[in-house]
Amino acid sequence: MELFELGICEAREGLAKGEFSAEDLVRSVANRVREKNGEIGAYVTFDEEAALALAKENPKGVPIAVKDLINVKGQPCTCGSKILQGYTSPYDATVISNMKKAGFIPAGRVNMDEFAMGSSTENSALLTTRNPYDTGRVPGGSSGGSAAAVGGDLSIAALGTDTGGSIRQPASFCNCVGVKPSYGRVSRYGVTAFASSLDQVGPMAKCVDDAAVLLSALAGRDPSDGTTPDIPVPDYLKCLEGASLKGVKIGLPKEYSSVEGLDPEVKRITAEAVKRCEDAGAEIVEVSLPHSGYAMAVYYIIAPAEASANLARFDGVRYGHRSKEAKDVYSLYVKSRAEGFGPEVKRRIIMGTYVLSSGYYDAYYSRAQKVRTLIRRDFDAAFSKVDAILTPCAPTPAFRLGEVQDPLTMYLNDLFTIPSSLAGVCAASVPAGFTADGKLPVGVQFICGAFAEEKLLSICKAFENLTGKGRDLAGKARR
Amino acid sequence: MDNTILEEAVKIDVGYVAELARLELTDDEKALFQSQLDGIVGYVEKISEVDVDGVEPMMHGHALVNVFREDEVRPSMDREAALANAPARTGDEFLLPKIVEGAES
Repeated sequence: MELFELGICEAREGLAKGEFSAEDLVRSVANRVREKNGEIGAYVTFDEEAALALAKENPKGVPIAVKDLINVKGQPCTCGSKILQGYTSPYDATVISNMKKAGFIPAGRVNMDEFAMGSSTENSALLTTRNPYDTGRVPGGSSGGSAAAVGGDLSIAALGTDTGGSIRQPASFCNCVGVKPSYGRVSRYGVTAFASSLDQVGPMAKCVDDAAVLLSALAGRDPSDGTTPDIPVPDYLKCLEGASLKGVKIGLPKEYSSVEGLDPEVKRITAEAVKRCEDAGAEIVEVSLPHSGYAMAVYYIIAPAEASANLARFDGVRYGHRSKEAKDVYSLYVKSRAEGFGPEVKRRIIMGTYVLSSGYYDAYYSRAQKVRTLIRRDFDAAFSKVDAILTPCAPTPAFRLGEVQDPLTMYLNDLFTIPSSLAGVCAASVPAGFTADGKLPVGVQFICGAFAEEKLLSICKAFENLTGKGRDLAGKARR
Repeated sequence: MDNTILEEAVKIDVGYVAELARLELTDDEKALFQSQLDGIVGYVEKISEVDVDGVEPMMHGHALVNVFREDEVRPSMDREAALANAPARTGDEFLLPKIVEGAES
């Protein structure tokens, strides 16, 4: 096995035994990136020198690919946008300083949909990222670079961010474990904001153990982010010892039993996952999320509204692109933003500005926040009965590049991931199988209550023990 | 205004809203976004079916209130670092086209 194929725990074992050093790991990943990134397009940039310098300081460190909207001092941070080309981060995000303290090395910047808006990474203004299992297909999004890097063994693990499914859906498309922590579990300081009441950073990894180790490093109270409560962070890896599904109550939302447009292969793989849990002693219970049918509508009001406010900072004044055509301050704003932002970002800024504008605020934004309360209550009621909810992660396996053109159709990719994002609870995608032709990976989603990451990861681990890691499932599909 | 329901299908005025958002759009963009956003606005209008009488809005990811910290001076980013990404600067300041009529630019 080559070093770049290792996961975090495997790499740490080798480092501890002195079989190789952090520099060896970085070099192996860098060589792999040189060889494969032209085909996969996972990375926007890979600064080998910077990673090697950190590896020298931290000889037991493990390199982690970083989604290109998380600030790492001295590195670019494009957010997949032309508006931030040439920008260099003046500081480390809290997740980066936490990660460094825990023995990780930020190594390489991975591609994404512009400002995390998208489900295929096709909205990146910089390059095309391809699915490592079929380069004619998308890696998912918005953390598509992270998923393609992990799934294609161009990294040991990666950081992604998830606002409405941006960790989980690409994890499902690229055969990774992807965890969206509970809202507030991980600091957002230094992470370019998309929708501040929804955004969370989380691990994307080759197995559940690796995701647990990385999450332990990321999570916790941060004085620079007032939305991170002072709830102790357990050693999530330790929580996985003896993981079992015996007696675990798993809820299946009845509203999802007849979803339109659900791919038959996804349906089959999800049903098999349910059966596997049941055979392992889990109790399968029907639950109801009566407002889940409104979640998409609520999300496409709240997320653009918050985005329109957050993206107001890109005005060509202090950093980022400034139009050369600007004659006065007004034209500097409107032209810099017109030249810098891509179409999906413009669409969402307009949508968000509209729902916040005078006369429409109550009908859209305020009302959406109330329906969000009802969605949260649905989950509270479900979690009074069950330990976890099991759903498909995405309605289809990875689709073809260019296949989905209509924005609203693209939004439907997040059908199963958005409700839990709105509720602020934790959720994860875990590899569950491959399509019948053996080509495309498909994940399932487990959802647990707010700050119940221990339970979530333990259930994912027990499921992985039954199903096999992504690597085992891939078999011949593995490139 | 607790149960505001839009009586009729509202058409979003993309040109006007883009101006509010400080975005210059080409005519092609305007036409494309108009049809796409009509569809998206039409879709999200389904939330008007939900009875939200007496329901409190959920403003954030969870219900944290009164997050306080000591009011103490902490080191912040130094001026050079803050100015390093400036598209244009003069000395220790960001440089902009003139804002006030008649002022020196």
